Amino acid sequence: MANISLEPTPSISAQPYPGAPDNWRRFFTFSTDHKVIGIQYIVTSFFFFLVGGTFAMIMRGELITPDADLVDRTVYNALFTMHGSVMLFLWTFPVLVGIGNYLVPLMIGARDMAFPRLNAVSFWMIPIVGILMMVSFLVPGGASQSGWWAYPPVSIQNPTGNLINGQFLWLLAVALSGISSIMGAVNFVTTIFKMRAPGMTWFRTPAFVWSVLAAQLIQLYGLPVLTAGAVMLLSDLSFGTSFFAPERGGNPILYQHFFWFYSHPAVYVMVLPAFGMFSEILPVHARKPLFGYRVVAVSSILITLISGVVWVHHMYASATPGWMRMLFMVTTMLVAVPSGIKVFAWVATIWGGKIRLTTPMLFALGGIINWVFAGVTGIFLGSVPIDIHVNNTYFVVGHFHYVLYGVIVFGIFGGIYHWFPKITGRMYYEGLGKLHFVLTFAGTFLIFLPMHPLGLMGMPRRVASYDPEFAYWNVVASLGGFLLGMATLPFILNMVSAWIRGEPAGNNPWRAYGLEWLTSSPPPVENFEEIPTVISPPYGYGQDQPLIATNEHQEATQVP
Amino acid sequence: MTVERAIANQTEARIRQEQAHESAENSKFGFIVFLLSETMIFLGLFAGYITYKTTTTDWYPAGVTGLETREPLMNTIVLVSSSFVIYVAERYLHDRKLWGFRIFLLATMAMGGYFLWGQAVEWRGLTFGFTDGLFGGTFYLLTGFHGLHVLTGILLQSLMLGRSFIPGNYESGMFGVEATSLFWHFVDVIWIVLYTLIYVWQ
Repeated sequence: MANISLEPTPSISAQPYPGAPDNWRRFFTFSTDHKVIGIQYIVTSFFFFLVGGTFAMIMRGELITPDADLVDRTVYNALFTMHGSVMLFLWTFPVLVGIGNYLVPLMIGARDMAFPRLNAVSFWMIPIVGILMMVSFLVPGGASQSGWWAYPPVSIQNPTGNLINGQFLWLLAVALSGISSIMGAVNFVTTIFKMRAPGMTWFRTPAFVWSVLAAQLIQLYGLPVLTAGAVMLLSDLSFGTSFFAPERGGNPILYQHFFWFYSHPAVYVMVLPAFGMFSEILPVHARKPLFGYRVVAVSSILITLISGVVWVHHMYASATPGWMRMLFMVTTMLVAVPSGIKVFAWVATIWGGKIRLTTPMLFALGGIINWVFAGVTGIFLGSVPIDIHVNNTYFVVGHFHYVLYGVIVFGIFGGIYHWFPKITGRMYYEGLGKLHFVLTFAGTFLIFLPMHPLGLMGMPRRVASYDPEFAYWNVVASLGGFLLGMATLPFILNMVSAWIRGEPAGNNPWRAYGLEWLTSSPPPVENFEEIPTVISPPYGYGQDQPLIATNEHQEATQVP
Repeated sequence: MTVERAIANQTEARIRQEQAHESAENSKFGFIVFLLSETMIFLGLFAGYITYKTTTTDWYPAGVTGLETREPLMNTIVLVSSSFVIYVAERYLHDRKLWGFRIFLLATMAMGGYFLWGQAVEWRGLTFGFTDGLFGGTFYLLTGFHGLHVLTGILLQSLMLGRSFIPGNYESGMFGVEATSLFWHFVDVIWIVLYTLIYVWQ
């Protein structure tokens, strides 16, 4: 605790105006305030994080012994399908949209998102998506068993013959989540393009905002293509067409193109905001400007562009012709360039800085370490010969869980801790936060690292039972999985108790440099009393430069 | 006191106006972003169509040799010219000539309706269905999905027609009409590509 400097605050300013906000009921209303919607997103998706985590722990319980003895094999299939779907469509996407929703208008000096009502509509679709996914366990035949990517011909089987089957509900839920994401993306892009405060040029816009923009642009070009594929899959499943049905002359590989054209860039939709949060957290807690800020900002957009032409690397083993494999191997390797630029910039940012190892800083550093590891295994998988060898093994599972948990969830936790004092006006408990970090880091390491040797040994993914020779690493991974599950408990305890009775944090407990820290904590409705005029680039640590014009200056500029 | 209040009211009115203008600008920008995204759905479906057409061995279902092009060409001409008609309607509204706007908007709706009707007649005369192979599937999927967009466009136009009777409707701009018109141009451009792919390239 000694290394955080808390500004003394005489009174807590949790009430933006008398009698209104701090009451929790507003979170259950159709509010159009981007801050309320942001918290609605974060809390709802955290609930589904727990659901998806429970599925994961049941699966690890199954895999702790070589035999399929804990759950039925069909239940296991449904579990891994729903684990993936819940974690992606109900946790990672919405929680990052929620964090972006809360922060983007504050960071660019806007009063709200461009379309507040649209924003609320996109949020309220998320609980419906969740209900559809959960209800699919109860229909005859159970939930979808075709994995989160729903490859045909497995996904167009309908053994029960009912119109309403698990796969149908799954497709409905994914379509709804897609509509919500497209509406959110239109909202974000318009907000970022049109509503930046006066003086906030593109190169005065924080790196997090750049990364959200880059991520949402991917949603705009990628999701519609998946929608096209999903419509065709749905009509195969429900109306008997033959787009992807090989026995009726269809082409199941084409679905894979549709799917990965979106779903590979989708990884960047999730990882880019996490990168953005690293770029925000590091300068604050190392007291140094973000190294190469302009390059970091532009590299996000580069990732948007390159990620649109790499999707076939998921299909090296899908009868893909040789020239296509080569081409996509090259483009896949190219993504490492902007990602590497970011890592170098982060290292250079903390190099020689006055590092405060607070919880958000620990999560950011841990996330970057995991990213380097996941990036290296990503290069492995991007190269055709290795991918052919480890295709559909636990090596792939280990790789993408390192990305999704080790980088993205670390980024999310780091971001939540970092902006918790801004969101609630209260400080979280540093000790519990550090405990959470240590358990999470150890758990991530223990569960996901053993998956790599398992994959190299040849253990296939998506199986409920396996050869006893794989038992050793599976036991380690399962124990790590339970540890990771338990690691969430100090986080919940920390957040709930700190929100209720934590120390008042003041407006800027980190002495951070950014528009969101200039308003009160929590920010009032409409965020700023007066829209600020930005006069400096972000991250002005150690440069003694004001970020915004003072009132006199503003009036002076208005006079002529 | 009254002077202060007058100034305050004036400032508030000015800010309101600026905000309304700004939000109309934002809506237009957002709508264009949405249309670009919507274009990607069609591009995805077109890419699927091209892949199927170039790789499938038995493209046409048994007994089908191709599509009749004369009536669809008539349909195309009507739909594409309706794009100019709605543009004229928009110009009339710009000059605050409400009746001119309404008449030309109605003409657009009639032309859109003619297109849909022609499409329905064509569908009824066809010997293959949605489930008849890849040709049947893609044909009905593409024309049906586009037809849904035409229907949406007509519904938007009738909404705009109804709203034109509300007094003072255009005081804070005419974003709704602009968006409807943009959407209609979008539907037309998509149809030109679709017509080329399905009817011309046989």
